[in-house]
Amino acid sequence: MTKVDIIEMIYEEVGFSKKDAAKIVEVVFETIKENLEKDEKIKLSGFGNFVVRRKRARRGRNPQTGDDLTISSRKVLTFKPSQILKKAINS
Amino acid sequence: MTKSELIDAVSEKLQDFTRKDLEIIINNIFESMTNALAEGDKVEIRGFGSFKVKHRNARDGRNPKTGEEIRIAPKKVPFFKVGKELRERVNNG
Repeated sequence: MTKVDIIEMIYEEVGFSKKDAAKIVEVVFETIKENLEKDEKIKLSGFGNFVVRRKRARRGRNPQTGDDLTISSRKVLTFKPSQILKKAINS
Repeated sequence: MTKSELIDAVSEKLQDFTRKDLEIIINNIFESMTNALAEGDKVEIRGFGSFKVKHRNARDGRNPKTGEEIRIAPKKVPFFKVGKELRERVNNG
């Protein structure tokens, strides 16, 4: 499933034009991204939570050359699925 | 930000649509993603990330309360991989 399938679903089930559906889908994901960029947690009940986590700098190794290196501190995005999503997948 | 705050933010940007319609559509988006994953399909949202289902084999475990040994059944778990654009935006934000 890609954005195209989501747009098709909105067109078929909600009756919006594909142009409007595409615009809405774009704005929905862009709004989520803007908030994650500001380190704001996104809680989508029934689906799951997206949370930005800070990782401290740590020592690592280049697996190809074996050289020691420092992995810089960074922020990463994690997804915690809801119970509903986990259940849906296992039923 | 909760789902209803997301609906508010989206309806502020898209004033040609009613909040009610946007609520229905946003619920539909995440329900259809759930359904796709439930069917074992992969979901790929370009610029955002992809979701897929991973299989976890059965394994031996222990009830942490009683210490009793138990067999943990195989299960499927949803897995999210952040897309390049979002990964960079989160890290630089």
